[in-house]
Amino acid sequence: MRPPSRGWLLSLPALALVGFALLLPLGLMLVTAVRDPEMATALPRSAALLRAWDGTGLPDEAVFAALGAELPLAADGQFIGGVAGRLNFERAGMRSLLLRTARARPAAPFSMALPALDPQWADPAVWHVLRRASLGVTPLYLLRSLDLDVAADGSVQALPSDQSVFLALFARSFAIAITVTVVCLLIGYPVAQAIAGMTRRWSQMALALVLIPFWISILVRTTAWFIVLQRDGPANGLLQWIGLIDTPMQLMFTRFAVLLAMVHVLLPFVILPLVVVMRRIDPAFLRAAASLGAPHWRRFVSIYLPLTLPGIGAGALIVFMLATGFYITPALLGGPGDQMVSASIADYVNVTLNWGMAAAISLWLLLGTGILVGATALIVPMRRWR
Amino acid sequence: MKTLLRLYAIVVLLFLLAPLIVVLPLSFSANEMMSLPVRDMSWRWYRDFFADDHWRMASRNSLLVGLATMVLATSLGTLAAIGIRLGGRQARVVLTLLCLPIVVPSVIAGLAIYLVFAQLGLVNTLAGLVLAHSVLALPYVVLTVHASLRDFDPQLLRAAASLGAKPAMTLRSIVLPLLAPAIGAGAIFAFTISFDELIVALFIAGPEQFTLPRQMLASAREYLSPTLAVAAVLVSVASLLLLGLYAVLQRGR
Repeated sequence: MRPPSRGWLLSLPALALVGFALLLPLGLMLVTAVRDPEMATALPRSAALLRAWDGTGLPDEAVFAALGAELPLAADGQFIGGVAGRLNFERAGMRSLLLRTARARPAAPFSMALPALDPQWADPAVWHVLRRASLGVTPLYLLRSLDLDVAADGSVQALPSDQSVFLALFARSFAIAITVTVVCLLIGYPVAQAIAGMTRRWSQMALALVLIPFWISILVRTTAWFIVLQRDGPANGLLQWIGLIDTPMQLMFTRFAVLLAMVHVLLPFVILPLVVVMRRIDPAFLRAAASLGAPHWRRFVSIYLPLTLPGIGAGALIVFMLATGFYITPALLGGPGDQMVSASIADYVNVTLNWGMAAAISLWLLLGTGILVGATALIVPMRRWR
Repeated sequence: MKTLLRLYAIVVLLFLLAPLIVVLPLSFSANEMMSLPVRDMSWRWYRDFFADDHWRMASRNSLLVGLATMVLATSLGTLAAIGIRLGGRQARVVLTLLCLPIVVPSVIAGLAIYLVFAQLGLVNTLAGLVLAHSVLALPYVVLTVHASLRDFDPQLLRAAASLGAKPAMTLRSIVLPLLAPAIGAGAIFAFTISFDELIVALFIAGPEQFTLPRQMLASAREYLSPTLAVAAVLVSVASLLLLGLYAVLQRGR
């Protein structure tokens, strides 16, 4: 074969695929979060003049004139929608202001005609919004996705609380993910312990039972819960049959349903690594502790639990990482108050068509998850698990 | 204590299987009701499933995309795993890069891929779906084949070379046959990833490219009928067959 040092070249086609269909897209997503092309595309001359404007008072007649001439052109050419949407996102009311001005086809002197048409044109804040949108690069999406905004003087400030949604959304997503992780660990740990303690044949069968749901797609399992939790579905039927409730309970579209299904979907991810770690524990350690007089709880806390830490870390990390990115389960089983960050990313792409916001939220989600995962990996000795 | 622990484990394992077990009888319901116990059994919803154009197209798309993904991801992944085993200082970096798709949350991958594919006209095409699924499946093929290559004795390569075999011949008659079970397992993994994948499809597939998971989501949102239970059962059965095949291939190592 080839000399060893060049063997990795065989990986080039695979690398090319990853580069084309993942790295390039992620790179473009980074760019999309800060790119601001609408103003320069739709109103190029106004954008150029606004970039040169020093930002004091109102711009001079040349800027008014460029805008007054270009707005009707953009409206005629049907490409005013993009820039109107972009400016309206930064400042409510900009869309109607632009469209109205374009329709009115103002004439010279523009610095008189525009304010006469709408007094907002005499407001420097409006022009500052236009100028910032002309720069081609914007922190707007990254700031807005953290409930921050740029004030008229260019400083960063928090949005009023009635407009802030994203910090609460991130907090909710991480809270759901942490809850699911903890519950999975609490439920899964004793199960793994039982499986690790079985004879080989039984433990293989038990592992197969863990692997079967693990292998079946998340959507199928979520769909199954979707059917089970319906108002006249099996879960309510069972509860009524036992006599716990008289009338069907609202199970769908609740936080409980989301947590239940997420724990169900993610439980195998903690059981499997824990079993691997627990099987490797030498029982001689526990016997030695027992012979030295350590009671049962002491053997567990001082010996067994620390030895399983790598498994706990690995399982918790995987569950947390997967849980923060969950989309389908909350979307199908949760109410509006149970949606996670992913839902809002999907919304910005499919409904609002604001790719900048979708990309900015994605970046923060990646960063937040990365930091939390990195911190966990530092605290918990992961390497011993491998 | 030990008995208690085992009883508890059995309860949790039942919980893991419960929703799947419950859906099975519901798919045989004779009426629109989705409650237990099912009194009259019928194949009605299975007939509906196979007669419905949406479900048929979704099944066809899922099979097509799954098979194409399997071929692409398995061939590139196997080649890459061999390359990584042959080494060079770059091998570790290459392995890390190829495993990246595992750690990127699927919604973010979906958005990112959508942004690029929209520019290239790959959105709303089966080819785009195959490319995206192949990237997601690639790490699993690479890791499976790479793991089996760790037991591979490099002496065999030297022996083949000393007998005058050209690299291509060595690859064909020594390396690939020894790797066959791992490649097969990787291929099944790749097919399954594509077969189960929903989120990226949500971003880049139009109604004409709906796969089974995408169609399941659509029907859960629009009109809930036992046909959805049928789809869940059929997809589960397909997954279990693949899991069985995977287990057999992995045991063969």
